[in-house]
Amino acid sequence: MSLDLKYTYTEKKDTRSGFGDGFLEAGRRNPNVVGLCADLIGSLKMGDFQKEFPDRFFQTGIAEANMIGISAGLAIGGKIPFAGTFANFATGRVYDQIRQSVAYSDKNVKICASHAGLTLGEDGATHQILEDLGMMKMLPHMTVINPCDYNQTKAATLAIAEYEGPVYLRFGRPSWPIFTPADQKFEIGKAWKMIDGKDVTIFATGHLVWEAVVAEAMLREEGIYAEVINIHTIKPLDTEAILESVKKTGCAVSAEEHQINGGLGDSIANTLIRHHPAPLEYVGVNDSFGESGTPTQLLEKYGLNAENIVKAAKRALARKK
Amino acid sequence: MEKQSIEQLQKICTQLRRDVLRMVHAVQSGHPGAPLGCAEFFVALYFDQLRHDPNFKMDGKGEDVFFLSNGHLSAGWYSVLSRSGYFPVAEMKTFRKLNSRLQGHPATHEHLPGIRVASGSLGQGLSVALGVAQAKKIDKDDKLVYVMMGDGELQEGQVWEAAMYAAHHKVDNLIATVDYNGQQIDGPTEKIMDLLNLKAKWEAFGWEVNEIKEGNDMKSVLEGLEKAKSLTGKGKPVLNLLYTEMGFGVDFMVGTHKWHGSPPNDEQLAKALGQLEETLGDY
Repeated sequence: MSLDLKYTYTEKKDTRSGFGDGFLEAGRRNPNVVGLCADLIGSLKMGDFQKEFPDRFFQTGIAEANMIGISAGLAIGGKIPFAGTFANFATGRVYDQIRQSVAYSDKNVKICASHAGLTLGEDGATHQILEDLGMMKMLPHMTVINPCDYNQTKAATLAIAEYEGPVYLRFGRPSWPIFTPADQKFEIGKAWKMIDGKDVTIFATGHLVWEAVVAEAMLREEGIYAEVINIHTIKPLDTEAILESVKKTGCAVSAEEHQINGGLGDSIANTLIRHHPAPLEYVGVNDSFGESGTPTQLLEKYGLNAENIVKAAKRALARKK
Repeated sequence: MEKQSIEQLQKICTQLRRDVLRMVHAVQSGHPGAPLGCAEFFVALYFDQLRHDPNFKMDGKGEDVFFLSNGHLSAGWYSVLSRSGYFPVAEMKTFRKLNSRLQGHPATHEHLPGIRVASGSLGQGLSVALGVAQAKKIDKDDKLVYVMMGDGELQEGQVWEAAMYAAHHKVDNLIATVDYNGQQIDGPTEKIMDLLNLKAKWEAFGWEVNEIKEGNDMKSVLEGLEKAKSLTGKGKPVLNLLYTEMGFGVDFMVGTHKWHGSPPNDEQLAKALGQLEETLGDY
């Protein structure tokens, strides 16, 4: 059985490569763009930039706290630092450094976080951070972005280079369908309605936008028309787009590769409860750590794949009066 | 700024000490001990050493810049900044009060001239200073970056990440200073967490260490800072070990951790001010 997907792909690629290619392009466009990495240049795909601009790239060794502080200093000196490491080490490990030297001090630092979420895979829970969006969105001044595929990650990387202010950019390790256009314009804070629907809205972010696209086709086969909205910017949240859609569909599902506590779903719930109460079902990790496995196995076991989005959509529909 | 004589600089130190004590007394909170001990350093830096412009520019391009990593010395820093023209002296009246630019610990979002990054949570300033120093290198800006840390602050791991980085990347346009007063809030450093041989530690991390043994003597501080400047540009980061006495200048406050984070009461303030001549006019 083949699904009638509204978006398809011919190629898969990791979102971290979208970051790496966007970073190189940003470096070519603006000589103030500089890079830092804590001994993960290969994993973050920052090597091409380092090769082309060796004087604008700083290896910090395995010392993330120092990397964040140096980034703040480079920003003071007028540079646009992109500091890269795994999402786990880019957030929890250095929360206080980000809080004081970057967010509170309002520095133009781009925290570039790879290998986020369960789809990191076999390395297991020590590296599978599922709390980073929550931590980052709580920080005043911080912009939080979680793009969905290679093309969107590349576009987001270019967009944050031009935006003045602290940004947390989250991406991942696995090879993933490239289903958004290469020439897209990335607007920070502007949700993207990818599929029109009338029965239920699926708000998805990161890798799970693809799962939402698959879920939409599955639901359509059963006569349920879901609207799919790509929330690439977790903060500032496009509350206008969220309310407009839910006022039409009357119920919603949030889908993210993150803890339910403190994630995108919580931000959406917060918006709905204040402005337009409506049933909302969460697809996310339910208060647990991950484990080793392949990305596909993990998304299935922890309830984050298209089938789970379909089930959640039906639950939301059933609650609709 | 015209060069001032040692006597003139000493007079500014006395006023700085008065400012510090009056500020923390007024709100009955803050940290008087360490800024009293660092008065000579602050004044030597801002009134003699720094090539800077009180018409503050955040990026500090073409200027020497200073960071206070041990942000709890804020009262001392605010005094020297206002006394050297960064903002009106009268603004010291707002220290630690609601809607003030003079936050308990230094902050930027109120746009107080002279402050480039928030500090207070310890251990972060050296890293920030390194970033500015490297931005200067990229821009071929030959001015220097200064940063001060507390000795107790060296217990933070991030300091040693930064220390390793600075030597590896040959950040030789940076002068860090450790306020080596041997005291921290819970007691003497040797009892709380012994720093052992700091000179050997920093040297082992690849730094040029410059000891300033008389950190409360203006002539000695000026000579020490001049020497530090002469050590820059030679491939190594430079560290001043500045031997000071916490609470210096007030006989009942000197040499103890007791005044690290405690303000004087009315009587203690009067007694302390009696030992410190009002040289530039109180705010």
